[in-house]
Amino acid sequence: MSELDALRQRAVEAWERLQSGQGVRILVGTATCGRSAGALEALEVFRSEAQRRGADWRLIEVGCIGPCYAEPIVCIAKPRRPMVCYQSVTAERARQLIDRYLDGDDPAAEHALGTLGDGTIDGIPPLFETPVFKAQVRRTLRLCGLIDPTNIDHYLAHGGYGGLEKALRMQPEEVIEEVKRSGLRGRGGAGFPTWRKWQFCRDAPGEVKYLVCNADEGDPGAFMNRSLLEGDPHSVLEGMLVAGYAIGARHGYIYCRAEYPLALERLAVALDQARGYGLLDEDILGSGFSFDIQVKEGAGAFVCGEETALIASIEGRRGMPRPRPPFPAVSGLWGKPTIINNVETLACVSLILRHDPEWFARYGTEKSKGTKTFALVGNVKRPGLVEVPLGITLREMIFDIGGGLVGDKRFKAVQTGGPSGGCIPADLLDMPVDYDSLTAAGSIMGSGGMVVMDEETCMVDVARYFLDFAQKESCGECTPCRLGTRQLAAILEDACSGKATPEDIDLLAELSEGIKAGSLCGLGQTAPNPVLTTIRYFRQEYEVHIQQKRCPALVCRQLLWYRIDPELCQGCQLCLKHCPVEAIQGEKKEPHTIDQLKCTRCGACFEVCPPKSHAVQRIPGQVPATETPAPPKPAPAAGLPEET
Amino acid sequence: MEDTRRLEAVFASFEGRQDELIAILQRVQAEFGYLPSEAMRRIARFVGVPESSVYAVATFYTQFRFTPIGRNHIMVCRGTSCHVRGAPRILEVLEKQLGIREGETTPDREYSLETVACIGACGLSPCIMVNKRVEARMSPRKVAQRFGKAAQGERT
Repeated sequence: MSELDALRQRAVEAWERLQSGQGVRILVGTATCGRSAGALEALEVFRSEAQRRGADWRLIEVGCIGPCYAEPIVCIAKPRRPMVCYQSVTAERARQLIDRYLDGDDPAAEHALGTLGDGTIDGIPPLFETPVFKAQVRRTLRLCGLIDPTNIDHYLAHGGYGGLEKALRMQPEEVIEEVKRSGLRGRGGAGFPTWRKWQFCRDAPGEVKYLVCNADEGDPGAFMNRSLLEGDPHSVLEGMLVAGYAIGARHGYIYCRAEYPLALERLAVALDQARGYGLLDEDILGSGFSFDIQVKEGAGAFVCGEETALIASIEGRRGMPRPRPPFPAVSGLWGKPTIINNVETLACVSLILRHDPEWFARYGTEKSKGTKTFALVGNVKRPGLVEVPLGITLREMIFDIGGGLVGDKRFKAVQTGGPSGGCIPADLLDMPVDYDSLTAAGSIMGSGGMVVMDEETCMVDVARYFLDFAQKESCGECTPCRLGTRQLAAILEDACSGKATPEDIDLLAELSEGIKAGSLCGLGQTAPNPVLTTIRYFRQEYEVHIQQKRCPALVCRQLLWYRIDPELCQGCQLCLKHCPVEAIQGEKKEPHTIDQLKCTRCGACFEVCPPKSHAVQRIPGQVPATETPAPPKPAPAAGLPEET
Repeated sequence: MEDTRRLEAVFASFEGRQDELIAILQRVQAEFGYLPSEAMRRIARFVGVPESSVYAVATFYTQFRFTPIGRNHIMVCRGTSCHVRGAPRILEVLEKQLGIREGETTPDREYSLETVACIGACGLSPCIMVNKRVEARMSPRKVAQRFGKAAQGERT
């Protein structure tokens, strides 16, 4: 083991030199989310300015520390000062920060999120004391945004691969025992105890076994795995090595979706470096254990998150699930025992081994141990990636960490578990977030997507959205899922357009139960959850849609209409110019009117109407007869059917 | 001839095993921008499976396409966070501005418009992806300006 010790020693020294050096360090968060907000432009400003002045600023591209709302995020450390983490650092703000804090000595407190490390700066709170971070317990994310993910030494300097070293000194059964004692359950969705899965595979006969890391994060509204792979890929590789050792596998695959090009890039770099350090392939660290890892790119199929479909996809076939048993732990990839673990599960494994099971289980509830990352998104003020102890309440997550709803609108529901999950209403906000409570509420933990919805979200439309998704993503193998989800989507479409009948609500529920009971794989078995939870908690909204033909949230187009208040309209003609179907008439400075027969309810007029006049109004319900004039001029000779 | 050479160059880094099929399709698509029918025939021969099997796999995954793509490839994220923050309207504005529907390419092959299940930048929703680059915090107005009539000739 002395080989790795020497490498780590060197890495620690290099890291300490970096921290205590006389130069300025600038950490730019260039994960996908940072880039989309303009991080690369900010990076370029720092780079060119450093060059122009011949300054020895150390520019380091890091992953993301989580607060998406503050992107692009840049941390600046001057010697003998704590590091300052800045928000919304566009190219322009980068120049301001250079002027004020690097050339001058004004830390620009109004742009700072917080300080990191020892020491204080007036007017800037320590980052981890701010509301966003205070309730968090950062373990799997602890290095994301603070180290260079393309530099294995940064990972090593923080104890990286220590869990692997410890595991290699144990018997594989002892490693499984450690994971058992930690209480770790799968972080990808269903929450099956990780150790038990491993034990099945370990006990399965056969020389050849496989380990697969599932990085196919297909749930819309979730990006925990992407962020971890982009910010700290080695933590996942280490977990894979430990898992491979425990189950007796020599080959590992990472199945990562193609929609994550940067994660794939970072993984490739990490694998090369691990190989260079003797942490992969033959006789790892002289232990006699050999393990290699290959990356497989997904090609855009949600169902491939399901274990047996994922296996088919790795084998180069259509990603169709097959009945279980046999479970993959007994017969998986090419008929060999195979374990499929989620990215975050594997990152947890590295930590459990490096520390100990009790350390891991210090947080959490009786049956849900440890911490979990969540993508807290939707209509929340401070969306981002957070890591919290299991058992925290939804209210703490949404209101303390997330800062409440955008525009202080009323909270309506939070959607967890993606298309397999459900919508949880306001009166369950004090429910603890753990596997069993979420299941009892009709949803699931899932991989960690948490989409907050405000009063302007229509729950019938949300159910329609998810069933439309499920119906498109159904692989078509089994009838209940293929035809059932399609039927659910069609009824929901009817409900959203005012064509459903009162009996349809019960029909939706009945059909849902049938699909749950009869589908082959997890996708079909859980696809009705968004329908069932919205009926359970928001039945009244369905009834209003169906009986009164109204969409109270003003989302469903067929169940609302627009009018221009003649008292408020200034005749600015903006709406007239933007109407794509020329449904608006009116002279300049005269009140305008909407021709309801032409109007497609796209809402363009509503969007452009200046806030000062606020004349375009959105009204729930269908257009009253009084608003539609007598039929217009007779149809032209071509005989086009009249629109109704 | 030229196409054959490009195809051979892609094949050179593979052995022709069935489990490489998806990766081969991805590389061929990266090379040509789509999967030409001649390439499909050659892939089948290279991997040693019937052409129908290659089509079976290629049509299963949403990533693959059989027609050339526009120079500007716009993907509108349909993720949950984007949906509740107005993605349907963004798609509608784009369809209007570009004069094509989701899944289509403009006749001058300047723009292709597609949707994607989720880009994974949910904290900055709604987003679109233009030529693999994520553009965040979109609004109907922003996309209208970005792809408005004036932008028709613009190269992104």
